[in-house]
Amino acid sequence: MRFPRTRPAPPAPVAPGGTVAEAASVRVALGGRPVLDGVSVTVRAGEVLALVGPNGAGKSTLLGVLAADLPVSAGEVRMHGRPVTGFSAPELALRRAVLPQSAVLSFPFTVEDVVRMGRAPHASSPAEDDRAVADAMAATEVTAFAARPFSALSGGERARVALARVLAQRAPLLLLDEPTAALDLRHQELVLRLCRERAGAGDAVVVVLHDLGLAAAYAHRVAVLAAGRVAADGPPAEVFAETLLSRVYDQPVEVFPHPRTDALLITPQRNL
Amino acid sequence: MTVLDRPSGTGTDAAAPPRRRRSTTGLLTAGLALALLALIPVAASLGAYPVPVGDVLASAQHRIGLGGTGLDRVAESVLWNVRFPRIVLALLVGASLGCAGALMQGVFGNPLAEPGVIGVSSGAAVGAVGAIAFDLTFLGTWTVTLFAFGSGLATSLLVYTMSRSGGRTEVVTLILTGIAVNAFGGALIGLFLFFADTAAVNQITFWQLGSLSAATWPKVLAVLPCAVLGLAVAPLYARRLDLLALGERPARHLGVDVERLRLVLVLVIALLTAAAVSVSGIIGFVGLVVPHLLRMLAGPGHRFLVPASALLGALVLLAADLTARTVAAPAELPLGVLTALLGSPFFFWLLRRTRRRQGGWA
Repeated sequence: MRFPRTRPAPPAPVAPGGTVAEAASVRVALGGRPVLDGVSVTVRAGEVLALVGPNGAGKSTLLGVLAADLPVSAGEVRMHGRPVTGFSAPELALRRAVLPQSAVLSFPFTVEDVVRMGRAPHASSPAEDDRAVADAMAATEVTAFAARPFSALSGGERARVALARVLAQRAPLLLLDEPTAALDLRHQELVLRLCRERAGAGDAVVVVLHDLGLAAAYAHRVAVLAAGRVAADGPPAEVFAETLLSRVYDQPVEVFPHPRTDALLITPQRNL
Repeated sequence: MTVLDRPSGTGTDAAAPPRRRRSTTGLLTAGLALALLALIPVAASLGAYPVPVGDVLASAQHRIGLGGTGLDRVAESVLWNVRFPRIVLALLVGASLGCAGALMQGVFGNPLAEPGVIGVSSGAAVGAVGAIAFDLTFLGTWTVTLFAFGSGLATSLLVYTMSRSGGRTEVVTLILTGIAVNAFGGALIGLFLFFADTAAVNQITFWQLGSLSAATWPKVLAVLPCAVLGLAVAPLYARRLDLLALGERPARHLGVDVERLRLVLVLVIALLTAAAVSVSGIIGFVGLVVPHLLRMLAGPGHRFLVPASALLGALVLLAADLTARTVAAPAELPLGVLTALLGSPFFFWLLRRTRRRQGGWA
């Protein structure tokens, strides 16, 4: 049984390449210290945008700003051309889905229950919900433990269940904060392939990554953040230059093509 | 996979586990309702002046005009002026406490939250005792209830703001806040006792132990609106409570207006706790034990948990009150003493279990 209330309608789809969300000259200060200062980022439909940068550069804060979680002290955040402050919580829930850095749960809900929570914003039929939940669980390979309590899962399994919940929400903008942090090699690839698939279907995907190799391989566009500012923004092949990365990370970095595929490989300089 | 090209619903066969759970919840609900229906005539029949169950049913039929026969004057009076108000009050208080416990655990995202443990009950008691001690009756029988609600609400808000930081409630902070609030509430009640006259002192002491023995129809009427309003509103928020289990921010991402949800639910909790405390004193642990048993049996989904906690709470309190007034007859055990005797070992076990799962409190 659902509590009857007036439900907002889902937004009209944005054509591939069109702007889904944007931050314009955004400034955010937490505890008096500016975490973002004059940051502008555009998120486009059909595109995977990777946010990279050293710890404390403001990646998660920028994601929070795009998600309309954090108020900005200067600049503006727009979604579908409208300021995000003009949307109600249920309206936002139809426009963006957010994967937090760590997934917690207060009570021992089963995996399937958790994924089904992603359907809460929609006034869809139970059959439609069932299908979205089943699809999301299959895509993240968690169907096998659908009936197990979330609290009984390992960290990597929890991360995938949380992602399945976000996918089941079927929002046109996905904001993922380090979705690969707890995952093994195979599932890291799986998650970023999923991001590409969603982008291919017309959604906009913003993903915070620490693995620059993954970002180079899967992102259409990369924004490098450093000390609360955008140090570079563009296709991986342009942005990932040795001088820029070495400066931003304060660590000598080598960038070279894969001998067989020519894909960009990025590794710290080591003298072992 | 965009919002638009979603396949329009043809049934999938992926819903086997929830369907099994749905039948569990259905069976449990039916079982609880049946047990209540069976226990009510038994509770009405037992006591210092026994009335056979058959006579109870006959008299009830007679009263609602469905045949049956009236009993002699004494039996009728015992049934309708003593036993039934007490039974109705037990059901209302039990349902309120069970439901308030389930809601509170959901709002705090913490299985150890309970009106008695975290001090909301003693907060409500301060208002009630104040009203009795200073002989305030300007609102008739509603005075005590209203004072209990006011101070219960203030305590709820106080505990809530004090025990949260960074969007979550840690078990240690919550329990320690409860200890502080309980101590302060106890001190205020002591102070009121100091200033009260002997008659009021007797009334308060008796009431502090938790009891339904002073049940009358006017008392039932005094708590009925609070309890019914709270019990009717609570299930409307069940689905949003499920989402709140993900944490505040994820719940907001799924469209829940978290601030409003919390405010409404803290109000409802204060309403239910005040309803219970104003007539029966502090009856602890019902709100803790009841939702836990149900969660173990049927999972943590609030759409079942919230109404079922009200049902099981009513059943438990009716059974406890029946025990309290018959086990040591002709004397009567204080109800609050009985629930605390049975409930505290459970709380102890729960603490141990929570600690083991978390691997410590820090």
